[in-house]
Amino acid sequence: METLINDFSPGLFIVQTILLLGLILLLVKFAWKPILNSLNEREEGITNALEAAENARKEMQNLQADNDKLLKEARAEREAMLKEAREIKDKLISESKEQAKIEGDKIVLQAQAAIESEKKAAMADIKSQVAELSVAIAEKVIKQELSNKEKQLKLVDNLLGDIKLK
Amino acid sequence: MKKASTYFSKLITTLILLTVATGFSNSESDKEGQVDTSDEIKEYINHHIKDSHDFHLFSYSNDAGERKHIGFPLPIIVWSSEGLVTFMSSAFHHDDKGEIIVEKNGTKFAKLHSKIYELNSGESSITFDEEEHASNASKVLDFSITKSVVGVLLVGLLMLLAFSSLGRQYKNKKVPTGFGRVLEPLVLYVRDEISRPNIGEKHYRKFTGYLLTVFFFIWILNLLGLTPFGFNVTGQLAVTACLAIFTLVIYTFSGNKDYWMHILWMPGVPYLIRPVLAVIELAGALIIKPFSLLVRLFANISAGHIVVMSLIAIMFTLKETLGVAGATLLSFILSFFITLIEVLVAFLQAYIFTMLSALFIGMAVAEHDHDHAHDENTNEVVDAEDVRENFL
Repeated sequence: METLINDFSPGLFIVQTILLLGLILLLVKFAWKPILNSLNEREEGITNALEAAENARKEMQNLQADNDKLLKEARAEREAMLKEAREIKDKLISESKEQAKIEGDKIVLQAQAAIESEKKAAMADIKSQVAELSVAIAEKVIKQELSNKEKQLKLVDNLLGDIKLK
Repeated sequence: MKKASTYFSKLITTLILLTVATGFSNSESDKEGQVDTSDEIKEYINHHIKDSHDFHLFSYSNDAGERKHIGFPLPIIVWSSEGLVTFMSSAFHHDDKGEIIVEKNGTKFAKLHSKIYELNSGESSITFDEEEHASNASKVLDFSITKSVVGVLLVGLLMLLAFSSLGRQYKNKKVPTGFGRVLEPLVLYVRDEISRPNIGEKHYRKFTGYLLTVFFFIWILNLLGLTPFGFNVTGQLAVTACLAIFTLVIYTFSGNKDYWMHILWMPGVPYLIRPVLAVIELAGALIIKPFSLLVRLFANISAGHIVVMSLIAIMFTLKETLGVAGATLLSFILSFFITLIEVLVAFLQAYIFTMLSALFIGMAVAEHDHDHAHDENTNEVVDAEDVRENFL
């Protein structure tokens, strides 16, 4: 212990104190401050860059999800449109079928009515012609047979017996 | 390995010294300054452990039997009774036994065991008492540029150059190149492994500069001590005391209210015990902590130097029993491995000193609330106290 105290040099202590103080001040000013500040800045930069990358990744994911959603929606819409079109087509077809049927029925009915009326007209015509023919025949017969009274009567009877209205 | 190789060259130098010493050991008068016996080795080691006023590299005896010292003198600056006196250490002619008296500005000086003594007025030579202390001379305040001061200046200059160039590099680029790439991880290591966990996220920035300075200062000086230049700066009590007192001043003046409260009036203990605790805590904070710092560094580095030099000295001490080759081989192997360990110790002591400094500062600035701080995510904010708890 005594040698230790004896070895302690107060002069060296003072010199060392001054030198160390100077060294600390100089190093803090010219080395540690710029170094530590730059290191901090760099670390913050790295952290920010990592965060930004993470954010970008998330954004990309969101975009992707949006895209997927849009795509799905578009697909659904297309599907719906197709379905609608098909429905419209079916409807149109069935409608036109019905229309055609109604139209056809109508035509048929009209045709039937026309036929009926034509038939009636024809019948009337036939009847009038038959009457005229009968009259003419009768006239001829009468003209021929008037000489023979008996024959005339017989003929009339026969004729009248034959003629039958439908 | 480089350090080991430098030690190897030191060994070679010593080997040359050895052969020279054995070659001329016949005549008694040539033995002056040679290191041969275990007493001489002991004295040599003791001398090396101390600070020195000249930069001595090695000595040899030339063909004429003259003792030659290779090195260069350093300026001596002392505060004597007559004021400031300066002269070169070469005036003492490598004398360390108080035999050569240097007269300057009317005062007489002698160098004894690496200390400058001023002779009392009227005396012309130093007389010794029974305990080998100088009886008619007194120590002077010695501001000399000693070998340690040279070491401090050298390391200071190196650090300034290296780290300010690293600091300048960041102006132009984000990532340093060249030697800066080696320094940056070290700076980050001190910041992230020593400063930040021990002081706490809130306050560490303020103290990191000091811790970085101290860490590199001690580490480089420790490594410098392993070179053949034989610096022993961190093995000087004055240097380690200075470092410890810097830490003491820093944590004493940055201590917050809680810190002083815990020292002077410990909460949570009976009132009767508090004054007793205050005395213990005060002694711990002001004496024991810095003392542990200064003694640990001083003792480890000094012990390392003593062990390495003692192992090198095996080639002298065991020369008789093992022969020259055997003693040299044993000495080489042992000192080689102990030097490798010393390289580790050099780092370890710098780390421990810085770590403990950070710990003491952390204790002084830590918020001592026992309900721990929470951030917005209700995670516990890691503060110095938790780190310490984990550490212990």
